[in-house]
Amino acid sequence: MSGSEEPRRAEDGLPALLHEDLHTADDGGARGSGGERLSHGEATSRPLQPPAPEPQPRGAKLYHRKPVDHNEAAQRFIDAPRHAKMHDERLWDLRQKRDGQMHGLPEWEDLRELASTIKQHTLSNLGDYLEQFESQAKANGIHVHWARDGAEHNRIVHGILADHGARRLIKSKSMLTEEVGFRDYMASVGIEVVETDLGERIQQLDEEAPSHIVVPAVHKLRSDVADVFARELGTDPANDDVHYLAEQQREKTRPLILEADAGMTGANFAVAETGTFVVCTNEGNADLSANVPPLHIASIGIEKLIPRITDLGVFIRLLSRSALGSPITQYTSHFRGPRDGGEMHIVLVDNGRSARLGEPEFWQSLKCIRCGACMNTCPVYRRSGGLSYGATYSGPIGLILDPSFDRRRYSSLPFASTLNGSCTNVCPVKINIHEQIFAWRKVLAESHDIGWSKQAMMKAAGTVLSHPTLYRASIATAEGALKLLPDFMVANPLNSWTARGRAMPDAPKETFHQWYERTNGGKEEPS
Amino acid sequence: MSARDAILAAVRANRPQGDHPLPELPIFPFAAEGGLVEPFLRNLEAMGGHGVEGGDIEGILRAQFPQANVIASAVPEYRGNRDLAQVSAPNDLADVDVAIVRAEFGVAETGSVLLPDTALTVNAVAYLAQHLVVLLAPDAIVPTLQEAYRRPEFHRHRYASFHTGPSATADIEGVLIHGAQGVRSLSVVMCPLKTGS
Ligand code: SF4
Repeated sequence: MSGSEEPRRAEDGLPALLHEDLHTADDGGARGSGGERLSHGEATSRPLQPPAPEPQPRGAKLYHRKPVDHNEAAQRFIDAPRHAKMHDERLWDLRQKRDGQMHGLPEWEDLRELASTIKQHTLSNLGDYLEQFESQAKANGIHVHWARDGAEHNRIVHGILADHGARRLIKSKSMLTEEVGFRDYMASVGIEVVETDLGERIQQLDEEAPSHIVVPAVHKLRSDVADVFARELGTDPANDDVHYLAEQQREKTRPLILEADAGMTGANFAVAETGTFVVCTNEGNADLSANVPPLHIASIGIEKLIPRITDLGVFIRLLSRSALGSPITQYTSHFRGPRDGGEMHIVLVDNGRSARLGEPEFWQSLKCIRCGACMNTCPVYRRSGGLSYGATYSGPIGLILDPSFDRRRYSSLPFASTLNGSCTNVCPVKINIHEQIFAWRKVLAESHDIGWSKQAMMKAAGTVLSHPTLYRASIATAEGALKLLPDFMVANPLNSWTARGRAMPDAPKETFHQWYERTNGGKEEPS
Repeated sequence: MSARDAILAAVRANRPQGDHPLPELPIFPFAAEGGLVEPFLRNLEAMGGHGVEGGDIEGILRAQFPQANVIASAVPEYRGNRDLAQVSAPNDLADVDVAIVRAEFGVAETGSVLLPDTALTVNAVAYLAQHLVVLLAPDAIVPTLQEAYRRPEFHRHRYASFHTGPSATADIEGVLIHGAQGVRSLSVVMCPLKTGS
C-alpha cells in the first residue's frame, strides 16, 4: 500500500517514539468522559515530556537578492537539540497518526485517485469553473473581486475595509495571506490585524512567519511561547503551563474578536456548483472571525475550486486524516451567502497560479490542498524546521512552490531533499512531489542568472543529510528509499544527497549504502 | 483588461494538455452492523465530544452545568433565558454559558453534527457560548461524509457547519486543550424529533 510504512511499535501497540528520552506518562492534555487520553486535532498520540528550556533557533537570514541559505539555518536548528528533537517527534507522530487513519479506510487509495482526478479535471477547465463559481456566489449575494497578484489583493481588501471605516480585522489562518504579505501591508495603512488561531497568533506576536502550514508554531517549545506571551500579552513569564498559556490567549483575544469591525478567512475549497466556500479549523476561530463582525472577507486562491458539493465527500475525508491523523477537523464550515444584516466578499487571487498552470512539469502542484503531510514525512523538514527555508511554504511542497515566486531567492531549496519519494507517497492528491523537486533542480541548474556553483548546490542539502545520526532516523522510516531512487540519480550531481562527501564538509564515515546493508534498511537499528 | 478577464484569459491560454474527465463518485460501504448510533457516539467521543444517549434535557443541563446563568435555547424542548430571536448583534451573546440547538443530521464516520444557520438563529452563538448542547434525532445519522454531501442542506443554507467535538488546539507542544477559542465542551443528546414540531 502506498505511503505505508511499518513503524516500530511500543508494548502498548502505539508507534514507538523516535526519541525515547521524550517519554512521559502524562502531559495533562484533555481526556474523554471515560478518563481516556484523547489525541484528536493536532495532539500527539502519546504524551511527550517537555524538554528543558533552550533559546529558540531562529529561521533563515534573509538578504536582498541572495539565495536563502537553508543549510546555515538548518545547522542552527540542529544545534538546538531540544527543539530539534521535539519537532522531529511531533511531526513524525502526525505522520504515524495519518497512517493509522489510512489503514482504517479501505477505500483510501480510491479516494486519493478520485481527489487527484477531480483536481486535474477542475484545473484543466478552470476558466469555466471560476465563472460558474462567481455567478453562483453573486446570485447568493456575495461580492466577488479578482486580484492578479498579491499587491492587487491587498489593495482590494484595503478598499473594502476603508469603505466600512474598519479599523480592526480579525482573521483565521490563511497561507494565501502569508504569501501576499497581507499583515505587513495592513500595518502600513494603519489597520490592526489580529490572528485568531493560537499557533498563528503566537507567530504573529513573535513576528515570525508560520513554520508549518497546518501547525504554525510547531518549532516552538512551551518556554518559547511563555516568553512571547509575557513580552506581548503581559502574562506570567515564569508560568509555561500549556493550559495557562492557551487560556490566557483565549481571554486576551476574545475582547478583540467581540469589538472587531471585520473578519477574514481563507478557504480550503470553493465549490463552483453552489458558490460555496469551505473553511476547516480545529479552534472554531474561522467561524468566530466570519460570524461575529458584520463584514466577512474571504481570500481564495483560484486553484481551490472543485466542481460539485459531492466532491467534498472525497476531499473532506482526506484532508484532516492526511494532515493530522484525525478523521475530520473539529469544524468544517460551509459559507454560501451573507447572513441577515451581514456583508460577504470574496477575493479570487491568481498570484502566479495561472502561469504555473501553463508549465507542463509543474502544473500538478496546483492540486495541493495544503494538508502538510509531505512536510511531516520529510526527513529534511523534520530535522531543519520550517523557518530554515526562509519562505512562505516550507518542506517538500515549499520546494516546488517557492521557486516560482522568486527563482533566485529560493534557488537552493529544491536541493534540500533526499528525493526519497515519501512525500509523493503520502500526498492525498497524488502530486509527484519528488519528481517535481528533481525537475526544479534541472531548471535551476540550467538557469544562468542564479549564480550558484555546483559545489554550493551540493552543500545546500549537505548538513542535514550528512549527519549520520540525523539521516539514519529519517531513512529508517522512509519507505523503500532506494527502490524509489533510480540509478541515474545516484551518480547525478543534481542529486546532492548522494554526493557522499564529494563536496560535503561533514561527510558521514559510513556511506548510506553501507549503512543500509548493515542494518537491513534501518530495520535492525534503532534510530 | 480587468483583472477578472486577465485571469480568465490566462487560465484558458495555459490550459494543461490532455483529457481529464470528471469522475463519477462511487459510494464506499460503511461497516456498521448494530446501527449508526453506536459508531456515531464512539467517534464523537474520540473527537472530544460528549455523547448522551437520551433523557430529559432539563436534567441533563442541571447535572452538567449547575453553574450556568445564561442559557440560550434554539429548540422547543427547552426554554432558556436568552431569546436568540431578540439578539441585535452577535457580540450580545458573549455572556452565554450554554447554548442548546438541534442538528439537522449526524455523520457516523466522524461523529459530526451539521448545524445550519436556521438551527442556530444567530450563527455566532455556537462559538461564543462557553458550552454547546446539540440535540440529534437517532434516525438522522448518515453513515459517511460521502452520503452527507448528497443531502440537500448544502444547497439551501447560507451557512452550515459540521461540528465534531468542541473547539480544540494542540498548537503548543501537541498538548490537547479543549476550548481554544470557541466552546469548551460539546454534548450531543440523542433526542427524537417530536412529531408536529
Ligand atoms: S503537496 Fe500533497 S502532501 Fe504536500 S501539502 Fe500539498 S496536498 Fe498535502
